[in-house]
Amino acid sequence: MRYVYLTLFLIVVLGVSIFGFRGSLSTRSPLEVFPDMDHQAKYKPQAESAFFADGRADRPLPAGVVAYGRDTDMPAAGFLKADATLFEGKDSKGAWLTGFPSAVTVDPAKLLERGQDRFTIYCAPCHGALGDGNGITKQYGMGATPTFHDDAKRKLANGEIFNVITHGKGNMLSYADKLPAEDRWAVVAYVRALQRAAHANAADVPPGHKSELGIK
Amino acid sequence: MSKLFPKSANKLPLQIIILVFVLGGIATAATTYYATNKYTNVGYAPVQPVPFSHALHAGQLGIDCRYCHVGVDKGPTSTVPTSQTCMNCHNQVKTDSPLLQVVRDSYASGDPVPWVKIHQAPDYVYFNHSVHIARGVSCVECHGRIDEMDVVHQAKPLSMGFCLDCHRAPENFVRDPKLVTKLDWKHPEGVEGQVRDGKKFVHDWNIKPPQSCSGCHR
Repeated sequence: MRYVYLTLFLIVVLGVSIFGFRGSLSTRSPLEVFPDMDHQAKYKPQAESAFFADGRADRPLPAGVVAYGRDTDMPAAGFLKADATLFEGKDSKGAWLTGFPSAVTVDPAKLLERGQDRFTIYCAPCHGALGDGNGITKQYGMGATPTFHDDAKRKLANGEIFNVITHGKGNMLSYADKLPAEDRWAVVAYVRALQRAAHANAADVPPGHKSELGIK
Repeated sequence: MSKLFPKSANKLPLQIIILVFVLGGIATAATTYYATNKYTNVGYAPVQPVPFSHALHAGQLGIDCRYCHVGVDKGPTSTVPTSQTCMNCHNQVKTDSPLLQVVRDSYASGDPVPWVKIHQAPDYVYFNHSVHIARGVSCVECHGRIDEMDVVHQAKPLSMGFCLDCHRAPENFVRDPKLVTKLDWKHPEGVEGQVRDGKKFVHDWNIKPPQSCSGCHR
């Protein structure tokens, strides 16, 4: 009987030495103990496909396609991107918009808060939290990122800033894939706020906040 | 008449019964330890086509998770970034690195970089990233400290029990949605503060994580 238990003990030691412990790193794909319906005959987003020649399950849009069908509560102008003020930053005469499109609700608190949130994620790595061009990437070899606070940038129309975010400029690529049109307008609003703040003086501070900053 | 069995055979039935229990115990322990996601999935760290370091980009540079994983707060999928996202910086930084050749080729050709998916939910699970992000469930709860990983590995089991731990007691996990991508954030007052604020969030934002099957399975 002693030998039975000795053998059993050795088998357990052998098993543990083969299978190892929980959480150890491995490059092998996970073992599926019960694979029932884990893999179904359907595509998930960004999946691989053996059917299409390029191997992509997500199909790129063919040139010139027009969207078909929409939510009933979505205005047609938004759906078909027909609203030039909202999607291109241009007014009816084709000039850069100086204000905001009528489709954007300019609620100072909400728009600026959203703008700050998005700016911090997508713009601040290069442009810096203050918009002075001193983002973290500068230390890692990123080319000269211009400041927002010189006269030329301050004189830009809102629509022009929107256009740069949408299509990129110079070394900056388009951010339209990351920021939907409404978010781009929120970022424009926040850039305007940064520009305003960079050229503010003591008189601009609301009376209630003066003591916090040590201003009389 | 000679003895067919030695005297020690009298003990045999009892010994066999004990052995069966011992074998059963070992089998149960082995299954519990090895046949769940905690063993099969945790620690999966496949070799990726580009040795991208989250520790450098997300940790050291402090780039927000959402800079690359754009879809995470917009829809069900936390999208793997396009190579254009890489090129936002790498058209100027390390432009001749051989490690980035795959990315440059992908950007030029339009074919995606063949990243290997690590965190896999079974096809009958309908997980939605954006609802979790919008209600203050941080990335770190399911993905661990990605910002400290040079090579990403699966850190949490992502089993149904794991999901239910939070769905049954969300106050232990939810935080201000503004802090969801701050992976090193912990409530400054520890567990007590987390539960207190968590309960407030759960009440104020009307968080009712489904525990019925159809909440996640369809």
